[in-house]
Amino acid sequence: MKFLSDKALERLRQRADLPNLVGTRYQLLERVARGGMGVVYAALDETLGRRVALKVLDVPIADGDFARRLNREARVLARLEHPGIVPVHDVGNLADGRVFYTMKFVEGQRLDKHVETVNSLPDRLRLFLRICDAVAFAHAQGVLHRDLKPTNVMVGAFGEVLVMDWGLAKILRKQPTGEPEEDPEVTIIHASATEGNPTGETQASQATGQGTILGTPGYMSPEQARGDIAHLDERSDIFSLGALLRFLCTPPASKTDSSAKWRRDKSLGAICAKAAANDPGSRYSNVPELSADVSRYLDGLPVSARKETIFEKAARFYRRYTIPILLIAAYLVARTLILLFFHR
Amino acid sequence: MENGSKFPLTRWSVIDAARSRDPDEQARALDALFAAYWRPIYKYVRLRWNRPIDDAQDLTQGFFAELLERELLSKYNPAKSRLRTYLRLCVDSFVMNEEKAAHRQKRGGNVTHVALDFQAAEGELAGATIDAASIPSPESLEEFFEKEWVRSLFALAVEDLRKFCKERERERTFRLFEDYDLSGDSDISYEKLAAAYAIPVTDVTNALSWARREFRRIALERLRELCASEEEFHREARAVFGSGPQ
Repeated sequence: MKFLSDKALERLRQRADLPNLVGTRYQLLERVARGGMGVVYAALDETLGRRVALKVLDVPIADGDFARRLNREARVLARLEHPGIVPVHDVGNLADGRVFYTMKFVEGQRLDKHVETVNSLPDRLRLFLRICDAVAFAHAQGVLHRDLKPTNVMVGAFGEVLVMDWGLAKILRKQPTGEPEEDPEVTIIHASATEGNPTGETQASQATGQGTILGTPGYMSPEQARGDIAHLDERSDIFSLGALLRFLCTPPASKTDSSAKWRRDKSLGAICAKAAANDPGSRYSNVPELSADVSRYLDGLPVSARKETIFEKAARFYRRYTIPILLIAAYLVARTLILLFFHR
Repeated sequence: MENGSKFPLTRWSVIDAARSRDPDEQARALDALFAAYWRPIYKYVRLRWNRPIDDAQDLTQGFFAELLERELLSKYNPAKSRLRTYLRLCVDSFVMNEEKAAHRQKRGGNVTHVALDFQAAEGELAGATIDAASIPSPESLEEFFEKEWVRSLFALAVEDLRKFCKERERERTFRLFEDYDLSGDSDISYEKLAAAYAIPVTDVTNALSWARREFRRIALERLRELCASEEEFHREARAVFGSGPQ
């Protein structure tokens, strides 16, 4: 038996993994990243002359029924037409039986890298609100993301915010086309539908008695971590959004003066805590509620996640109306002085 | 094996086969395990347990005898760990028990289903990545064992591919694959191969594409046989082929 040196082994691993795109309209350009269940490549769509992201699953699909479900899921995700979601362009099979997806190739930065350049908390919160918009849209279409985290959000070259990697998406209810509702356990799709994420992370994955745990520790809700897949709902994604908000509210290392203020902010802390509560019943019941609370915080209004004391209310009122309050105070002082002067 | 356009999953996994009451299936399971694991286990015993050559050979043979006698495969739970991790831990336990017993005797004489080329395995250890003199971490041991296991799996798949090419009278295709993908020569190019074989470059690329596809199919087929569930198969396929940049 031939001994394979380390170099030959590595070479063989990489070359044998390259997809053979003969018979497709795509030409392989370069390997970009490894995603949840496969590898993402940059490819050229020779028909339309555009660059696309092409994801190839790791293993061939042996089970025809599974392949059928996979394609159905891809069709559902392709219907998620929203500026914050990259839709699937195409789905197909390679000669070796592996399934591939193509999607828009997103030029940009991952959120975790992008925020290093965003030093303003309000700017970060506005980014968060745009993520919430995309997730709320998907929820309205009956789709859970189940793997929301900074590395699955891209900020495009023109500032667009895109939620990526819907590979673990779960369909919650019947679609408008009347396609039958499926067992939630089997509606996990094992391919990225929108992964243009150039450095997508690997999901933790382990089998349990009840279901398959797929997600990322730290961002995965407790019920998802338990493998309680049948009972997942929008609140599971809300937990992940809460963890993501906490990440965004962590000040950059270079920021020293105002960082303490970011950390101390009780209203923001309460929003994060409510969104990422261990008990799903204690969380926001839907994403618009969470967005509304963050928007209220940005506008200097009281948030629903926390009841303020009278002093905090006064302080917030003062912060919000500092200039009018100072003008009125100045006017009153001036008026008093004038009255005193003429009275004398 | 057919043309490779479909991925066949017709054979039982070794776990199912080992648990079956059919002696032929049991023998097949042990053969498949033996073929894929004896080298990694031998090297692991040599390095992790720092055992001399003779002892490591006995322990490797003895471990497979133990696997059969104590029906260790029937105790394997795929939900808890990968098969290779389970086997590695069984090896650890076996070696420790043997040390304690201190009266080990030559075992495994009637369970060796494949000829074990210990000399070749010993030669391969020359470039081992674990320093036997130091205390290796569990991660480095796992990594070492995994790498040796992938090496063993790929070497078997290469042999299968060689036979497959011979059956199809595509020996030249295999030689091209060997020259381009298996040699350590970094200066090799499609053009050089085309000139050496006096064929067009497109013939070289087509042959390599075919050989890689078949190699991948064969390797996955062997891998599938060594996994207890689809879940484990997917994870192991990622481990085997997912070595590129993250």
